[in-house]
Amino acid sequence: MASETSAARGATGSAGGLKGLVALVTRHRVLCALVVLALLPFLTPYEALAVNILIFGLYAMGFNLIFGYAGMLSFGHAALFGLGAYGCGVPIAKFGVPWFLALPMGIAIAGLASVVIGWFAIRSRGIYFAMITLALSQVVYYTTYQWVSLTGGEDGLRGVNVPAIDIFGLHFDMLNPTTKYYVLFVFAAVAIALFSRILNSPFGAVLEALRENEKRAMACGYDIARTRWLAFILSGLFSGFAGALYAIHLSVVPIETLNYFNSAEVLMITLLGGMGTFFGAFIGAYVYIMLQDVVTVVTVHWQLVIGTLFVVLILFFPRGIWGSFLKWVRA
Amino acid sequence: MTFDLILLQAFTGVALGTIFVLVALGLSLIFGLLTIVNFAHSQFFMLGAYVGVVVLAVTGSFWAALVLVPLVVGALGMVCERVLIRPLYGRGIDYPLLLTFGLGLIILELVRIFAGTEGIPFNTPEALTGAVDLGVFFFPKYRLFLIGVTAAILVALWFFLEKTPYGLIIRAGARDPEIVQVLGVDVSRVWLIVFGIGTGLAALAGVLAAPIRGVFPEMGVPVLVEAFVVTVVGGMGSLLGAVIAGLAVGITVSMTSLFYPEMTTLSMFLLMAVVLVFRPRGLFGRAGVLD
Amino acid sequence: MGSRDILAVSRRSLLKGAALGAVGAIAAPAYLRNAFAQTGPIKIGFPVPISGPYSTEAQDQVRCAELAVAMFNDAGGLNGRKAELLVRDDKLNPGEAATRALELIENDKVNFLCGSLSASVQLSVNQVAKQRGVIYNSISQSDSINEKADFSKYTFHEGLNPHMTAGAVGRYVFPKFGKRVAFLIADYAYGHEMARGFRNAGKAFGIEEVLEIKHPLGQTDFSTFFPRIQAARPNVLIVCNFGRDQLNTVKQATDFGLKQQMKIAFPVLLFSQRLAGGPGPFEGVFGGANYYWGLEEKFPSAKRLNDAYRAKFNNAVPTDYGALGFAGVYALLEGVKKAGTTDTDAMIAALEALKYDAYKGEEYFRTCDHQAVQSVLVLESKPQAQVKSQYDVFSIVDTQPAEDKFLRSCSELGHG
Repeated sequence: MASETSAARGATGSAGGLKGLVALVTRHRVLCALVVLALLPFLTPYEALAVNILIFGLYAMGFNLIFGYAGMLSFGHAALFGLGAYGCGVPIAKFGVPWFLALPMGIAIAGLASVVIGWFAIRSRGIYFAMITLALSQVVYYTTYQWVSLTGGEDGLRGVNVPAIDIFGLHFDMLNPTTKYYVLFVFAAVAIALFSRILNSPFGAVLEALRENEKRAMACGYDIARTRWLAFILSGLFSGFAGALYAIHLSVVPIETLNYFNSAEVLMITLLGGMGTFFGAFIGAYVYIMLQDVVTVVTVHWQLVIGTLFVVLILFFPRGIWGSFLKWVRA
Repeated sequence: MTFDLILLQAFTGVALGTIFVLVALGLSLIFGLLTIVNFAHSQFFMLGAYVGVVVLAVTGSFWAALVLVPLVVGALGMVCERVLIRPLYGRGIDYPLLLTFGLGLIILELVRIFAGTEGIPFNTPEALTGAVDLGVFFFPKYRLFLIGVTAAILVALWFFLEKTPYGLIIRAGARDPEIVQVLGVDVSRVWLIVFGIGTGLAALAGVLAAPIRGVFPEMGVPVLVEAFVVTVVGGMGSLLGAVIAGLAVGITVSMTSLFYPEMTTLSMFLLMAVVLVFRPRGLFGRAGVLD
Repeated sequence: MGSRDILAVSRRSLLKGAALGAVGAIAAPAYLRNAFAQTGPIKIGFPVPISGPYSTEAQDQVRCAELAVAMFNDAGGLNGRKAELLVRDDKLNPGEAATRALELIENDKVNFLCGSLSASVQLSVNQVAKQRGVIYNSISQSDSINEKADFSKYTFHEGLNPHMTAGAVGRYVFPKFGKRVAFLIADYAYGHEMARGFRNAGKAFGIEEVLEIKHPLGQTDFSTFFPRIQAARPNVLIVCNFGRDQLNTVKQATDFGLKQQMKIAFPVLLFSQRLAGGPGPFEGVFGGANYYWGLEEKFPSAKRLNDAYRAKFNNAVPTDYGALGFAGVYALLEGVKKAGTTDTDAMIAALEALKYDAYKGEEYFRTCDHQAVQSVLVLESKPQAQVKSQYDVFSIVDTQPAEDKFLRSCSELGHG
């Protein structure tokens, strides 16, 4: 984010061309993000994949708040994403709760979990923070796994049926892939706008100050522990929201959503796109998911390609795609 | 529930713990000295088993495999350090972590391509098959052998780090690389060697685990998590911590499987969560090597 | 060799999918789509985990399914209309599988789905397919898929279910080896359902359950369970786990000398795991199977499958799970022939009335739950000395015939 704002500042005075364009995009970041996402179904081979990109972009956006903006590497975000999915899916599948109640329930449960996990975790740093979030997310995984009557256990939760959404007198057929994409797009749009507001708020400024120089921020009288905790909770709410949409999208909730591999994936997406950048999450999600989809079709050894991509990326473009692009533009 | 059973269970836990210690040692060494979280550790473990299969096929000797495997894979680890890890020193823990994650995927997939996905039979060496009567109960010879080998490796490692000039440089390099550099020591060579030892240990653990777990491309996957839990509980970078935590995790797992088997895997993570809540840096948080 | 076949098929369909998307066929009205689906090639979507830990089994499923398609096409198809297999990698992940199923249904407009190896993936594909009214013939083991909550009229199940598999093995080992039984169960649906099947079968023999241990899925070391098992002194140890877990269990049990004290039986004895583990660890172990290539001595249909496979794949033989891929696609295509159309309702009626001999004698789909009623083999792993060739690993010690009475009753499953 630091790089983006400075790019914006630098460009208001002079410059033109690409630099000016980037500045313009950065200033109207929400609008730009939404325009591109609205075109996403035309940039992917099939709609279900576009929905996945949208959802994992949201998830990475939430993760980026704690990882990119607050500088804390969480390895337990799968628990927050997964609890969002189960929190929304279980009421629909097991109790026939309508979607407009189930969706906030999913977010609330993910939020509650992030309050608890965050409380335990924020006292550790660096790799220990990563490990304690991992440990606690594994506890969530096994609890969900064992609670078969409610969650379906290893078989996963089935029957999250939302065949149609009726809102403001309008009827949307969720079995139509295009309609489903745009309904979920509207939900995502709200989250993206909200996220941008948070970054612009005083809280966002404190977060940045904290990442840049922790001691100075402390000297300025900021309550670091509380800021960290709050960042973790907000991050959890966005991740949970993404999870809840995932449940509605697939009509199933796999237990794998809670697996630590899911935590690793969101980390990869964020780094791929560019940590601490606004667009990084969605760019990362697009490239990662598209690449996997295409490579999977061409060869069963898709992991070789993904692995090589990571090595190359880290060695040569450590700021991720959008981060490297910004640096290149500014130079 | 007889006393014999509990005793046997505890002993089984110790034997299991030695495997945990073995896989965690290399990981902890590399983290403690290089602050690199090596996510490819588990794939070097797997590679060790595969190289072991090759050595066994060529020489017909398990003992030759025990010697050659850590050398071959350690050398490969050193190549990886030179080419891939070295540009990343001093860039925080995230980047090496991700790079090694990618490296792990590459190793895994290459093994699948060249050695197949099916898995390869790996028998317990003839001399170590069967069980020994320990008075109260019978116990597999091979697992007793593992306890012995692990103890030997630990002693050797301790001797190397504490009693040799090389060890002195390594320990000094871990504490303050700049001073060591100023003193005219090539620190990057120290790091290279440490990475080689770490990956070599992972490979040795792999070939030692092969007769118990079989040899297949995904054999490293659960190992990574186990190794991390042990390393974190013990305190990253502490070898003593890795030993004590490895045994503690082994006994915890064993005892849980006696009283509440469904929780066996979870018990590891619960132990880690509890330790981290009370000691955020693990049992022997890092102050130096072998403290 | 096999994976190259996968590539050829999938790359083609990817391009097609991309082209369709680009033209904007997204919003094509439903009747148009149906008209297209009635005339073009018969498309069968086939999501299986061709990468990852079960890739050996899954790639064999693809090979065998391709054989079924080739057989249908060589015989002239449906009045000249050819069949086509669209293979997708489900990565053993229900989320990936659901996404792939959506792709196959919404963009590739497949006529039918078949496939999946793990129960959770199967249930997830089934959920997506039934919501959209697409016939799905599952080839994974599960009891749930027969039950009312997951079943729909579009759901068919060519795979065995745990009740019949475990029942067959239990009815063989309990009277033979003794009544004291210990259970070691992988703690997930497959393990629980298998254990339930064994207990059910055991009632008739008055078995005494001396111990039950549930182990977490994917456990790598089983040694910590052995002291209790040995202390319980069972005659038979029933181990309800699968894949690598199975191999690890027998290897370690052999080391701990469990086999000297008791017989070990699995619900399913996997051909691929036996090859990976070698004869030693598996010696004298019992288990069930849907298929073993040795059936060719008895059934021409088994010989037909083996010969086709040998001719195409370097004299190798199909694995048990591979053969399921063949049977799943074969049944669908036999249904197409009988119905004379790919229309969904006509297909359902045809499949319900169908009697088919895919690879081991006659099978049929029971009307209430669309479970394929079929025989189950009980196998014993041969000791090293008796192994005559590379693939000669099991002997068939018993066969449970294809009879309705070995399934759970329709009312038990909640169907009316």
